Formats: sequence, structure tokens, C-alpha cells
Amino acid sequence: MIRHVLGRLTATLFIAVTLAFFTLPMLWLASAPFDDTPTITTSIPEFTLRNFAAILDNPYALGSIRNSLIQGGGAAALVVALAALAAYALSRVRVPGRDALLYLLLLLSSVVTGTAAMVPIFELATRLDLIDTHLGVILVVTGGLLPAAIFILKDFMDETPTSYEESARVFGASPLQILRHIVIPLVRPGLATIAVWALASVWGGFLFQFILLRDPEKAPGSVILYTLYTEGGAPRLELISTFSLLYSLPVVAMYLFVSQRYGFRFHGGIKR
Amino acid sequence: MNTDAAGLGKGRAVAFVLPALALIAVFLVFPALWTIYLGLTDYRLTGLAAANPQVVGLDNYTGALEDPRFLTSLWLTILYVGGSAIIGQAGLGFTLAWILRARTGPVRRIVEGVVLLSWILPSTVVGFLWFALLDRDEGTLNALLHTPGFAWLLDYPLLSIIIFNVWRGTAFSMMLYAAALENVPPSHLETARLAGASVPQQLRDVVFPRIRRHILTNLLLISLWTFNDFTPFVLTGGGPEGRSEILPVYVYRVALRDGQLGVGAAISFLILLINLVFALAYLRLLRGQRRQQEVAAAGGPPA
Repeated sequence: MIRHVLGRLTATLFIAVTLAFFTLPMLWLASAPFDDTPTITTSIPEFTLRNFAAILDNPYALGSIRNSLIQGGGAAALVVALAALAAYALSRVRVPGRDALLYLLLLLSSVVTGTAAMVPIFELATRLDLIDTHLGVILVVTGGLLPAAIFILKDFMDETPTSYEESARVFGASPLQILRHIVIPLVRPGLATIAVWALASVWGGFLFQFILLRDPEKAPGSVILYTLYTEGGAPRLELISTFSLLYSLPVVAMYLFVSQRYGFRFHGGIKR
Repeated sequence: MNTDAAGLGKGRAVAFVLPALALIAVFLVFPALWTIYLGLTDYRLTGLAAANPQVVGLDNYTGALEDPRFLTSLWLTILYVGGSAIIGQAGLGFTLAWILRARTGPVRRIVEGVVLLSWILPSTVVGFLWFALLDRDEGTLNALLHTPGFAWLLDYPLLSIIIFNVWRGTAFSMMLYAAALENVPPSHLETARLAGASVPQQLRDVVFPRIRRHILTNLLLISLWTFNDFTPFVLTGGGPEGRSEILPVYVYRVALRDGQLGVGAAISFLILLINLVFALAYLRLLRGQRRQQEVAAAGGPPA
């Protein structure tokens, strides 16, 4: 009995400490944008909405959020569509060397998407005429995200039972009908999770967007955030904090929408 | 699962995989091969070698392996991956999933929401948030602890980026383990508890054997991601004096700041090889476990 109470107490204490640890860094995002004279320290703000008016005056701020939507949305859609098709085929049809190939691509993607392949990717984009285009950013980041997306989705598809597909086939459904009416609804939470994951990675991405886009009119918010400095090089905290908050809202909203609607998790819809 | 339940057939299967593979081939494999080639040249960002790079063979590799900064950097990266990914993210993620599994209602939703929020916020925003937290003169942490002027990022650079990465990445492990724990039948846990097994005993005998595949997948993914994570650069820039210069930051310094693109490419390839060793070790463990399961299923003694 005592052991039970102690265990319960420890668990509660642990949850409280964890909550504090995860919340603490975010407080600044909740206080500084509304502060008349924000500093780095988190404090009760002298309430004002002037910072929001100021950021809207910045010629690139709103446009950059639109650019992020195009690039992030495009990449997320492409990642989900291509990864779902590939993961399904790899999960259901035996291809020799399938697992080795997947692991190799996963390995490549995690190394190459860092600073390693920056120069080749820049040259490649130049030769394909993709510099300063949304498409260029979308294709490059999609190539980097696809292996992990296929890897996670294949795990997902492996966990869903094949009996539904078998019975649909008995009743004469074509493979494409089966895919559309049975498989996709079954793995929808997985697809939604991958979509949020892809969008969130692109949304905060800096490196490739910075190299591939010269025109500030096309730059996403993650790049514009680093332009909010005074001419002397000091960060303009009132603009940075306000824009950070505005820029975070769309991804958070998308996560809330997806988790309400489909659930945000890493396993199949139906247990075997 | 290897049965072709929907009657896809080889042809359609290939057609499904092809678009993804084509994109990966052009924008991932091709740049990677190019990087391997660059690693064999004296290609530089500026100067004569920029216009007309010469093949120098394995010089870049021997040079890197003899550079004490490379070896220091490798050691720092191992500490960073071990501390922030394997102990931090996986440990905290599992503990949270374990504690929250039986709970419903607002506590669970709030904890999961806050942990996930730290994962979903854009990296660039997160960089500023942690800067505001750890700043020497006006940082929130110093204000809270009444330690004005304490330079966390200068005095404990590696610890700072480790804790930062735990904060940033725990959500993925928490979600994966929460999903995995649903595969453990509650009745088995109940039986173990009634038989007087303590929590560590329950974990060892009932839980871990069932979710071992998930644990290994999780460790593989987060190790690879953390090993190649460039974000700590935002906080410490690799400093002071290289004390938080993990390998991705080292590559950045060599390739872009010093302009030695060829050497940088060679180091990238070395990183790839080190990651390959990691991955093979995990795969070994995974395969060993499968064989064990087969033995158990055949009614043999558990090996």
C-alpha cells in the first residue's frame, strides 16, 4: 500500500517537473510579443498590440508565411503521396533486398540532408534551373524526407491486417479500388502524422531554403526571421518575438486540426 | 507481412515505388555520390582549386583522421548522441509513455500537448527561445535561479546542447513508445503485479520483450537524426574553443568557413561510414531478437 502511494507520488512529481521543463522555454513566446519594451527575460508584459502592427509593416513578413505555406504544403503533400504508394507496395509485395535498400536510403538521407551535400545540391539546382523557385525547395526537401517517411509508413502498413483487402478482392474489387476505399482509410492516422511531421520539418528548415532562394520575395518565414535585425546587427526583439509567434501559429493549428480529426500516433488503425 | 493481399502484382508494385525512388535518386543519391567524388579532390570554395579541382586521392581522408579536432569532435558527437538521444530522449520518452499510459483526461492531454509543441515549433523559432532562456545577462533561467551573469552556454556548452536536444526531440520517442505499449496486454501486467513483481521486474520480464522491435527502431532513427543534427550550431556555434563542436558543425567549419570543400566532403563520407556501423549494430540486435522469437514460437526453450 505504502509502495503504491509512493509510486503515485513519484509519478505526479515527475509529471510536474517535466511540465515545467517543457513549458519554461516557451513562456517567452507568450509574453514578449505583447510587451511594450520586450527584453530577453520573460516577464509580465506591459500589454500592447503595437508589435503586431509593426511586423505587418515589414514588406516581407506576411508574404514569407505564404511562401512557407506553398513550400511546406507542397512538400508535405508530395511526401505523403509518394511515401504512401511506395510503403504500401513494399509492405505487400516481396521485393528482394527491400529492407537493405530502405536502411541504406534512411542512412543516406540523415547524413546528406545536413551540411554534407550542400554544394552538390546547389550546383544540381542551378543546372536544373530550380534556383529561386518554390518547386526547387519542394523537390530538394522532399528527397530528403522521403526515406524516413517510407520507413515509418511501411511499419504502419505492416501492422494493418490484410484480411480486409482479401475479402474485398474476393468480392471483385480492383487493386486500385482496394487501395482507395480500404487501405487509405485504414492508415489515415499514419498519413496525417507523416503530413504534420513533414510540414513541421520544412516549416523550420533554414539551410536549403537559404541556399536555393536568392529573391527575398520567395523566402519562407524561417529565413525572414533572421533578417529582423537593426542595421547595427542587434536583434529587434519586439519584431523577432512577434513574428516567431505568428510563424508558429499555422503549424500548431495544423497539428491541433489533425490530432482532433485523425489522431496523432504511430500505429495502425485496427489491431490484429 | 508479405502476402500480396490486394493482388497488386509485381508490375504495379514497381509503378508505386518508382516515383519516390526517382525523386530520391535525383535529389539524394546523386548529390551523395557527387559528395563522395568531391572528397577525393582538393576542391575549394575560392581560389585556384575552386575553378579547376584536382583529384588528390585519399589525402583528405588521411588528413582528417590525423586531425585531433576531428577525433575530439567525434568523441563529443558520441557523448551528444548518447546523452541526448539514447539516455535523454528515449529514456524520458519511455518514462512519459509508461506513466501516462493508464491516465486519461486533462493531465495526459496537457503533458502530451506541451511535449509535442516543443517538437512542432519551427527550429528557427526554437533557437531564439533557448537563447532567451540561457542568455548570460538577461536570460530567464538566471533570473529564476538568481544567478545573474552565469554563462550556461560558455561554461557548460555540451550539457546545454544535450538538454536542448532532449527538450526538442523527446516527443518522437514518447509517441512511438505510447503506441508500442498498447501492444502489451494489460492482463499480463496485472498478473505480474499480483505475483509481486516490482516495476523494474515488470518492465524487464513483461514489457521489454514485447516492444523490443519498437525500441530498436526508435533508437536507430533518433541516433541517426541526432548524429547529423546541425541545430546546436544556433546555440553555441560549436564553441567555446570547439567544446561543443559536434561533427556536423565541424564539417560546416571545414567546408564553408575554411573553404575546404573537398576535405568537408571527405569528412561527410566518414560520417556516413560511422552511421553505417551504428545501423548495422542495431540490425544485428534486431535479427538476433527475431531468431529468439522463432525459437520461442517453436516451443523451444527461450535462448
